[in-house]
Amino acid sequence: MKYGWFSIVMASMFLGSLAPANAQTTLKTIKERGVLSCGVSQGLPGFSAPDDTGKWSGLDVDFCRALAAVVLNDPLKIKFVPLSAKDRFTALQSGEIDVLSRNTTWSLSRDTSLGLNFTAVMYYDGQGFLVRRSLKVNSALELNGASVCVQTGTTNEQNLADYFRANNMKYEVVAFATADETIKAYESGRCDVFTSDVSQLYAERLKLTVPDDHAVLPEIISKEPLGPVVRHGDDQWFDIVKWTLFAMINAEELNVTQKNVGEMLKSNKPEIARLLGTDGNLGEQLGLTKDWVVRIVKAVGNYGESFDRNVGAGSKLRISRGLNKLWNQGGIQYAPPIR
Amino acid sequence: MAAAPRQPPFRPLAHLSRALSGGTGWKGIAGQLAFAVLLAWLAFDIVTNAQDNLRAQHIASGFGFLSGTAGFSVNQALIRYSEADTYLRVFEVGLLNTLLVSIIGIVFATLIGFAVALGRLSPNWLLARLSGGYVEVIRNLPLLFQLLFWYLAVLAALPIPRQSLSVFGIAYLNNRGFVVPHALPQHGAGVFMVAILVAIAASLVMTAYARRRLYRHGQRLRVWPLALALLVGLPLLSIALFGAPVTFDVPVLRGFNFAGGTRVTPEFVALAIALSTYTAAFIAEIVRGGLLSVPKGQMEAGASLGLSRPAVLRLVIIPQAMRLILPPLTNQYLNLTKNSSLAVAIGYPDLFSVFAGTTLSQTGQAVEIIAMTMAVYLAISLVTSALMNLYGWHIDRSQHA
Repeated sequence: MKYGWFSIVMASMFLGSLAPANAQTTLKTIKERGVLSCGVSQGLPGFSAPDDTGKWSGLDVDFCRALAAVVLNDPLKIKFVPLSAKDRFTALQSGEIDVLSRNTTWSLSRDTSLGLNFTAVMYYDGQGFLVRRSLKVNSALELNGASVCVQTGTTNEQNLADYFRANNMKYEVVAFATADETIKAYESGRCDVFTSDVSQLYAERLKLTVPDDHAVLPEIISKEPLGPVVRHGDDQWFDIVKWTLFAMINAEELNVTQKNVGEMLKSNKPEIARLLGTDGNLGEQLGLTKDWVVRIVKAVGNYGESFDRNVGAGSKLRISRGLNKLWNQGGIQYAPPIR
Repeated sequence: MAAAPRQPPFRPLAHLSRALSGGTGWKGIAGQLAFAVLLAWLAFDIVTNAQDNLRAQHIASGFGFLSGTAGFSVNQALIRYSEADTYLRVFEVGLLNTLLVSIIGIVFATLIGFAVALGRLSPNWLLARLSGGYVEVIRNLPLLFQLLFWYLAVLAALPIPRQSLSVFGIAYLNNRGFVVPHALPQHGAGVFMVAILVAIAASLVMTAYARRRLYRHGQRLRVWPLALALLVGLPLLSIALFGAPVTFDVPVLRGFNFAGGTRVTPEFVALAIALSTYTAAFIAEIVRGGLLSVPKGQMEAGASLGLSRPAVLRLVIIPQAMRLILPPLTNQYLNLTKNSSLAVAIGYPDLFSVFAGTTLSQTGQAVEIIAMTMAVYLAISLVTSALMNLYGWHIDRSQHA
């Protein structure tokens, strides 16, 4: 009995003395662990989805691989944590994942009240509607009275409410916890409309039995800038994540590709030399190595290559670059200079 | 009657110390007090530690979020709700939806459970085997699986709104749910309600009187024709004098769906069916066990009095079995209520879905929202247990009287 008391007292003293868990920097934690813990979707083709063998691929997955390459020098040292829309922020807050790379919309309330920081925009998206062609609907404004399937815990749920209210239209919302349940209910006929970010509509449409029976309506009802998210309070890690994405975009702008990166190392163009670390020590200023961008490009290629392979012309989704073209090619993808 | 037992002398302090520690003396009390203080300090420490960490990570905390605008829609609300309402309103909507499906589920689970148990004990071979098969199949399949089965099966079997199954042209069944006319109360509604209540009360009084006559004087009174006349006649009289109590808003197909009327969603139906059939399988076994625990002689005694099998069951066996059935039955009711949180899988907007789901992910205030949700489920469970205990106490008292 005496020992029972003693152990309770010791245990409570130990609990009481626990310091906040984030005393150590994220970078150091990842290096000690040897694995990057990356929060991704539960399977969204083009962004993050596992194949038959369990190997993950997609635009968001490529970004995790780029991060693992710069931090651990191995794009495969990643633990992917599949998260539903409603669980994703809690997983990041609690430290279960180091970075959330999961088609997540940047908004003011998420950036402030959740204790999180959005780093940069990976994909400029917008919300749209998917309907059956047999309904003969040509515009979202003809959807008065429709039943709409939506995934809960997304900005889509609120945009939907705003759009129908603003246009004085009635609707019925049926909200599901995961994307799979949502699309299944839509396919079973529970809803007339499935709403989500347009990129997701194209991806989810591939899961339907006859994808061509369904069409995406022309209206884009919201701004959905998607990008990676980190925890508040670790500026070094925030910088690393942000600049890893900027490096991919800058690499495309300077035509550094997975194929030609070896030759580019010999280039004497000052911008390329700075990017690839043959001139200066910009990588070390981030707490990384000089060749950090070389590692990224070798692992996943530049932004344009990753885009084409996963969601663009070279993929099943065939989404056009649109807003995601580089700023000097008619889009709005624009990364600050690496110098 | 023997002399009253000798009472121990009244010593409050010794009594208290024994109650607290199981041992005696001041040492026992001090030990218990120290333990209580330690527990309180530990709880305090956990709360403040959590608060400090949330503050350090700049995560919003407190209950201020409840007055924020929800901005999302819910497809089944028992109270008036729109996107412009607050998160507190969302909480209430979700809570009512949880209560609704739980209560409906409990009622049907009990009815089905009793029926299956009686069927399993029935001398009818086919009925007994069917009931046994029901129990074995239903209780051995996971609830989530059954829920999805009912949802997808119900949805797949129903037509799209434009090809709805019409019920006399006023109610429609389609894969958006079952649309029925919505009753709008008119001037005569109050009188109509009073008429019904009076008729019910009068019928109850007459039944009680008839029963007393039967027990005291052995006279059987036929009261049901009079009761029926009252139940039908009084409301009709009120309609004749004060006009129709309600007018009906009949649903009309307009565009994608029916406008007007009230709709029961397929999510609600699937959840209610899954919860009640699943729990009924367990209740059936509990009831069967309770009935079997009543000695066989009771059945035979009842039969030898000339009572029919249903009458023996109703008057002799079930009242005795209830004492044994009640505690595990309460467990099943609690399970059903908690299992209703699986609603999130099929998009039924219960508390867990709209509050611990959508509201949580929109506000990010996990600690507060999870704590509130836990408190609600705990409160519902405690109230259910309390009601069942009250009923148990009532049975016990009536049997010992």
